[in-house]
Amino acid sequence: MDNKPPGDEVENIAMIRPTTAQDWSALLERVAEERDRSSFVQLFQHFAPRVKSYILRLGLVESTAEEIMQETMLSVWRKAHLYHRKKASASTWIFTLARNQSIDWMRKQKYPEYGLEEWHEEPDDSKDECADSVLTDRMIKAINTLPENQAQVIYMSFFEGRSHTDISDRLGVPLGSVKSRIRLASEKLKHMWRDDV
Amino acid sequence: MNVKHHLDEATLVSYAAGSMSQAMALVVACHIAMCPKCRERVKDSEAIGGMLLEGLQPAAIKGDALDSVLAALDNEPSVNAAIAPTEIHRDRAVDARSVPAPLQDYIGGSLDTVEWRTIVPGVYYHDLPCKSERGGVSRLLRIAPGKAMLPHSHDGNELTLILQGSFSDEVGRFTAGDIADLDGDIEHQPLVDSEVDCICLIATEAPLKFSTLLGKIVQPITGF
Repeated sequence: MDNKPPGDEVENIAMIRPTTAQDWSALLERVAEERDRSSFVQLFQHFAPRVKSYILRLGLVESTAEEIMQETMLSVWRKAHLYHRKKASASTWIFTLARNQSIDWMRKQKYPEYGLEEWHEEPDDSKDECADSVLTDRMIKAINTLPENQAQVIYMSFFEGRSHTDISDRLGVPLGSVKSRIRLASEKLKHMWRDDV
Repeated sequence: MNVKHHLDEATLVSYAAGSMSQAMALVVACHIAMCPKCRERVKDSEAIGGMLLEGLQPAAIKGDALDSVLAALDNEPSVNAAIAPTEIHRDRAVDARSVPAPLQDYIGGSLDTVEWRTIVPGVYYHDLPCKSERGGVSRLLRIAPGKAMLPHSHDGNELTLILQGSFSDEVGRFTAGDIADLDGDIEHQPLVDSEVDCICLIATEAPLKFSTLLGKIVQPITGF
């Protein structure tokens, strides 16, 4: 992945768009509670090609990306009982599974997880329950409004797996500026998808 | 645990993106495990990843991918058996008061059984085997009351998580659960001000800088 010029993904992703409405969280719950295969198949058909697309962007080759995608989807089945819709949307949860599988494969070492399973000690907060699709639409709108230099550091972090120092080297801007761009982008995204609720 | 010093927003995003070194990610995961506030915040950062995943152009997958995965499900245990691993985690978390769960993968459940190496009297370290393509380093430091690190600054990011005891520096006072999330702009000189040894988990992005730093890292605050 080091051969790619910095931030070259920006254009490809500029056309991020909402997908059809579907309650993915409910399907995940059905997989957890009833081991329901038809729900799993629907999740697979939607998420498997996206998970593979994400892994390819991290710079892994086709055959590896296919393998890690299948492992990720298997872990969706295995870990569905750890999923809580109030804690994360289905796409966020599946993203973290794909991230961990990819890193574990690249480093041959387990990505340090803070422990989703410890969350049930905390009271469920009264966060409003938005349908995944509504929330996702809102977030997609939000990221499309970021200034380009902020969107760029977000893409370089999530899709190219670059650390702050690495981004700083690639873009030739000071470490402090990279961090403040990421901070600004993140705060702005959170504001936009909160205020709209 | 009353955590007063939290992770920088940019650090949370990097952790959520999976784009920081193993060494740094370990310290971040440990702080999140100890800090309810950052546990909430990291979910928002991870939601950026979920949104990006949702918006990706789907890639072509193998024609038999679904069949392969469905076939693999046949070998999976039933519902009850699948839930069992949670119980194992809970057992492991019994002594989690001082050792956050992510660190237990490296040193087990107690700080008492760590094998320390001496740098100078009153200052000890234990290296953690964090592999990373960029060579990031993480280690445990144990420093006796009244000792201080030499003033230093750094090129890259530096994370220091307090597991036991406390120290103070120009930024403030840090106690168990607090994290000092610093970059090269800050020069500081931490001084251990607790009655017990201060034990920290630290990681830096730039390994060479760190080794150099370690060579001169500490000396008694009184003395020479």
